Amino acid sequence: MMNNFLVMPMVAPLVTGIILIFLRSNVLLQRILAMISIVLTAGAGVYILNRIQLDGILRLDFGGWMPPYGILFVADSFATLLVLTSTVVTGIVLLYSFASTARAEEKMFYYPFIFFLLAGVNGSFLTGDIFNLFVCFEVMLLSSYALITLGGRKVQLVESIKYISINVLSSWFFLLAIAYLYGTVGTLNMAHLSVRVAEVGQGPLLTVISLIFLIVFSLKAGLLLYFWLPGSYSAPPTAVAALFGALLTKVGIYAMFRVFTLIFYHEPGVTHTLIAIMAILTMVGGSIGALAFQDIRQIVSYNVIISVGFILIGLVVSTDSAFQGAVYYLIHDMISKALLFLLAGTMIYLTGKSKIAEMSGLIRNYPLIGWLFFITMLAIAGIPPLSGFIGKVLIGQGAIEAKAYVLLGVGFISSIFVLYSLLRIFLNSFWGETIISEDEERPLKRGMAIPVLLLGILTVVLGFGPELLAPYVSDAANTLANPDVYIEAVMNGKD
Amino acid sequence: MEINDVILKTVTKIIVFIILTFGIELFLSGHHEPGGGFIGGLVLSSAFVLLYLVHDIETVHNGIPFDFKKIAAFGVFLAVGSGILSVLFGTKFLGQGSRVFDLPIFGETEISSVIVFEAGVALTVVGVVVTIILSISEDV
Repeated sequence: MMNNFLVMPMVAPLVTGIILIFLRSNVLLQRILAMISIVLTAGAGVYILNRIQLDGILRLDFGGWMPPYGILFVADSFATLLVLTSTVVTGIVLLYSFASTARAEEKMFYYPFIFFLLAGVNGSFLTGDIFNLFVCFEVMLLSSYALITLGGRKVQLVESIKYISINVLSSWFFLLAIAYLYGTVGTLNMAHLSVRVAEVGQGPLLTVISLIFLIVFSLKAGLLLYFWLPGSYSAPPTAVAALFGALLTKVGIYAMFRVFTLIFYHEPGVTHTLIAIMAILTMVGGSIGALAFQDIRQIVSYNVIISVGFILIGLVVSTDSAFQGAVYYLIHDMISKALLFLLAGTMIYLTGKSKIAEMSGLIRNYPLIGWLFFITMLAIAGIPPLSGFIGKVLIGQGAIEAKAYVLLGVGFISSIFVLYSLLRIFLNSFWGETIISEDEERPLKRGMAIPVLLLGILTVVLGFGPELLAPYVSDAANTLANPDVYIEAVMNGKD
Repeated sequence: MEINDVILKTVTKIIVFIILTFGIELFLSGHHEPGGGFIGGLVLSSAFVLLYLVHDIETVHNGIPFDFKKIAAFGVFLAVGSGILSVLFGTKFLGQGSRVFDLPIFGETEISSVIVFEAGVALTVVGVVVTIILSISEDV
């Protein structure tokens, strides 16, 4: 049976990006093609997800080169759920950028770069080869370099220098770690790596190599090494910032889950303890940042950081329910962070101000935005029945099972800080005296309201219907908890 | 200021063809020997860069009226397209095949479908390298 459709989530955006380059001057055609491509990609994601439930983990050996020699794509439920979520979120953010992006930027290859970014993200999720993971990371990062500078405002250029240098450095570390790993065990296929590492035992040398991977992915995910993140994520235009906040850190988190559940799971005393400490410090630092700043974009960026720490509790405790919680929370976080960034950007667009103290009483002018912000706030804080709840409960349950009470405590206290930081925006900006009179009011574009509303509906649906996703999520958690399932499918599975 | 670079210009006229020939040779030998699309593309683009250095940008543009960004995009399209084409032929994504042909001048020649993919790589490299060099030179 041919599994060629596995490559769709990466190739469809790639081909779309290329075609859009040739349609540079025809913005309308670019938009139409973009939406068609997103629908196709998401459809492929749904199809793959359901095939996995029937046939188990799927793999595709490029050019027929059998593992462990060739490059391959491996689709398990975890990866495919994330592929599907990223594609849907990208589609909605694209809708928003139809209304928010300047015509000149749309002609400067804005849409092609978004599609290359999506191709890199989806490729990173699906690949089963660690060097190919590096390549997909680079595809994603190169597009993000272009997107962060597009528009060329001074603040963008300043932040892009930081962003690019830190990412070039971490890519170099990534390459170094891969070289060390290849030199030590002589393979790059992730399943084969897992087998070999288990055979020779994860000694001090391999543990050190795993720590280099930890540094690399922490830089990408914003785990403790997040100093670059708030600046870089508040510089670009709203739609791009939303895409970064929703997708980029999640790819780092995904890579961390993959590497530390599949390959380096033998020395949890070293690696997982270190991740635990980093997660705690991330949540503490993120909470301080979220409360310290007045600029709404900074507050939102620090909220991204807090959730990175929270999701990694799931990796640290590594029980089945914690993995389930982490998968739910990753999906929730992609949707809700995109929503939060879009809302923040919309508020800045409507008022022309970015400090929370300079806005007031917006709920009277824009009730839709106000109530959506309220719902988002509750969802991110984890209040039932919205989407953050199920993930938080399951991660908490896992932490109790593993007796990780400190992590549990810090995780839930950080949720309160999240709630407080967003409540501060809500109280300052939406409540209070209305300072914009009706004739000065800048109309809310329908093209901005609809995407935000769509994301809002998604969080509510995800909150009310986690049963819809339950079979997929439990399958994903099962693969994470039992690396043998993954290895078996790659090394011996039918193709 | 006009620099008197007659020697450079004259030498370039010959050198460029040597470089281009060598680039194509590298490109074609890539199947079994060292070479291939990436290296071939780098060598080819060095010929273009040399032309841009010796003559000014406008002169070269008149001679080679291509948008190198689009050449890069077309190259990626060719590479990805060859992968998709292999799906249509019923093999796996990026699957390749080869066959020995009896050509009039070359005699028995093995032609592999991977040459399409490699051509895509070469065009991408040429497009990207020249675009980078041109954008840097525009800034100064």
